[in-house]
Amino acid sequence: MANSEISNHTEPMTVSEKPVLSAREVTKKYPGTVALDNVDLDIYPGKVNVILGENGAGKSTLMKIFAGVEKPTNGSLILDGEPVRINSPGKALENGIGIIYQELTVCPNLSVTENIFLAREIKNRFGVVNQKKQRNISAETLKKLEQPINPDMPVSQLRVGQQQLVEIARSLKDNVRILIMDEPTSALSSKETSILKEIISDLTSQGVAVIYISHKLDECLEIGDRFAVLRDGKLVAQAERKDASLSWIIKHMAGKNPDELYPETDHKTGKAMLKAENLCLPRTEGEGYLVDHASFTLHSGEITGIYGLMGAGRTELLESLFGLHKLATGSLFLDGKAIDGFTIDERIENGLMLIPEDRQKQGLIQTLSVAENMTLSSLKSYQKSGFISNKLEKIAVNDYIKKLLIRLSDPGQPVVTLSGGNQQKVVIAKCMLTNPKVLMMDEPTRGVDVGAKYDIFKIMSDFAARDTSVLFTSSELREIMEMSDRVLVLARGKITADLRGQDITEKAILDACVIRNKEEKRKSA
Amino acid sequence: MTGNQKIISSTKSAKLLLLQMRAYLALILVVAVFAALSPTFLTTSNLVIMAKQVAINAILGIGMTYVILSAGIDLSVGSIAGLSGMVAGWLLTEGLLLPMFGVSIFFNVWVVILIALMTGAFVGAINGFLITKLNVAPFIATLGMLYVARGCAMLISGGSTFPNLAGRESLGNTGFLVLGNEIFLGLPLPIWLMIALTIIGTIIARKTAFGRHVYAVGGNEESAKFTGIRVNRIKTLTYVISGVCAALVGLIIASQLGAAHPATGEMYELNAIAVVVLGGTSLFGGRGTITGTIIGAFVIGVLENGMVLIGMSEFWQIVVKGLVIILAVVVDQWQQKIQHQTLAESA
Repeated sequence: MANSEISNHTEPMTVSEKPVLSAREVTKKYPGTVALDNVDLDIYPGKVNVILGENGAGKSTLMKIFAGVEKPTNGSLILDGEPVRINSPGKALENGIGIIYQELTVCPNLSVTENIFLAREIKNRFGVVNQKKQRNISAETLKKLEQPINPDMPVSQLRVGQQQLVEIARSLKDNVRILIMDEPTSALSSKETSILKEIISDLTSQGVAVIYISHKLDECLEIGDRFAVLRDGKLVAQAERKDASLSWIIKHMAGKNPDELYPETDHKTGKAMLKAENLCLPRTEGEGYLVDHASFTLHSGEITGIYGLMGAGRTELLESLFGLHKLATGSLFLDGKAIDGFTIDERIENGLMLIPEDRQKQGLIQTLSVAENMTLSSLKSYQKSGFISNKLEKIAVNDYIKKLLIRLSDPGQPVVTLSGGNQQKVVIAKCMLTNPKVLMMDEPTRGVDVGAKYDIFKIMSDFAARDTSVLFTSSELREIMEMSDRVLVLARGKITADLRGQDITEKAILDACVIRNKEEKRKSA
Repeated sequence: MTGNQKIISSTKSAKLLLLQMRAYLALILVVAVFAALSPTFLTTSNLVIMAKQVAINAILGIGMTYVILSAGIDLSVGSIAGLSGMVAGWLLTEGLLLPMFGVSIFFNVWVVILIALMTGAFVGAINGFLITKLNVAPFIATLGMLYVARGCAMLISGGSTFPNLAGRESLGNTGFLVLGNEIFLGLPLPIWLMIALTIIGTIIARKTAFGRHVYAVGGNEESAKFTGIRVNRIKTLTYVISGVCAALVGLIIASQLGAAHPATGEMYELNAIAVVVLGGTSLFGGRGTITGTIIGAFVIGVLENGMVLIGMSEFWQIVVKGLVIILAVVVDQWQQKIQHQTLAESA
């Protein structure tokens, strides 16, 4: 099926220009997975070449091969019609290929200038760095980026978005011909994003080939000239701008129609499961609250979505409920039982569980196997006279691998060998194995591919249908609206709206996000 | 731990298997070399002498393994061993003085041993408290405790030795010398203690929730907290275990010598860390086994013993020991790399 798609779209495109960089039959194998499977892809100069795909589809791997960080297991790269070996990042740069990674690679202790010239310092023949020249070039490059960043400032004092722009400056000053951007806007504010878009259009007009990866599909559609979709390590479709649309992308990324992305929710509201009264979390610095006198009751059989802008206190609210903040105050009742003052493990035992926001830092134990990660919160259930029974543990693990459709070759394999979506399912399995009455999910679909997203929504929906209750957050409004039986809106730590059924509208939610801002403006005016 | 092994066995890579068995191979190799070079090496009397020394490092290493698995380090074990021996020596020879009554109480040997072990547990608990509650880095907290415990050992006797720990019939406290010297079924008691602790230690590490939690805390402390593991308690317990193991070692040495000296156990912490690392436990935490540590203790023990037997210069012995430890870590890195490649090929 994939082949026919490719031939339909590729023919008219090859006419216009010659590709600057091509991958030919590139295959890359990793522990537990084939990350890339015979990929043929052309990158064109002066164009924004968007690469799309779910997590684990192979985008990042392909970029790492272009950038000389990884070597392909099979296949070759062709630059300007000639085969090349790019076996180190330095070699890639020599060939005019620069990369900006999803994760920041700046050194926070060094200055902006030192970061921009890191490992490529301008030195005289005695090895002494020419600070003045470096500083001037930095200032010039930052000016090009329209950024009022002081080149002498330590990077640690910049906001995350500005730090990312320093990374971009680092690539720009090398005059690259091919610039790879792997999720460059994930940490940027909307203003910084629009600056970035201008930079990209400047670059392409100078003939630079931009390779662009993002999970924000609308953003890709806005700036992309050519689109290629990877799924399970294979190139499944390509299109030019005129042929690409949101539904085209999702269809090929997930192998599914976008309308099928959200499962039907038909839940019956039951009894009160979690009651919070005057939940507060004071700021550690300065006055005021991160969670400001929040009171609400969650019912069984319901999915409650929490929406709010960045810094509204979503994560802090969930973490306070879970007992992670010592300073949090207020009363909590879980299924009628007072649980404030309980430690985390006592809360888990009583039926409260949290799937944390950051899978890598807070969800997984990277040194343990898939199975060991899954059972870590519920070890008590597999004990026989104080010792863990491998048999009981195995039954539980296999049960949830099937239930959550976790793709793996062996439950004993290291958890780090799984793709992002499957790792998230391992965390979800760990939490569900504790048999929670109230399951809290903090951004459960962040950094997760479309296919796994559907699976996770289905898990949520099924779970809530079992007379339990789900409380989740998402920064994607559509997810909140599609999945929630009830929406709580947070603004500056306060609950500003409690919506159900027909009242859940985009306008109602967004209005509630900004109400307090207006009030405060009025006050200060 | 177990997970890695499963996948690899399915790949049947001979090279990797050799690397995985390297601790055993290294042990066989050093035994073979010294057996060939020295006629006395394989005699029963020499093996028993060697095993007694191995037991000391192995018991310290078992406690240290838990600490390192949880991503900590315990530099105070040598000093704890010294302190525990001095506590036993003091209670056996001078008794506990009750000033208000002007009498000294002498305890039964079992009680003395218990008090000495509890001293080790107490020092370990202080280490844990400093690290978890006062946020002192493990290296610094236990380095400080290295000095404090050693100083306390000196203070007990004013720096002098308790020369006779045999006890007196009239006081009912004889029998302490049994611990280090008694032969049971052909082997000295310390070796039996090592065997018993190896089995118990392995079961705790592999079959109990506590063991799993230690691996989890060492692998990713933040995740462990979100999982509902009481991270501070787990960490503190690892230092308590290490302290008790160290105290036991102090008792064994005091019993073997029939005397307690406050300088006993100096530099033992370095040997303990070396055997753990030789046994393949990662200093970053989360990876390693008790059995590996025991093999590591035997490799070091055979090496030390063998080098003496073949008459190698004492100074060269130290150099060789250091090189072997570095080599062990280099080979470990090599194995990690090949393991990843093999996993990739099997995909």
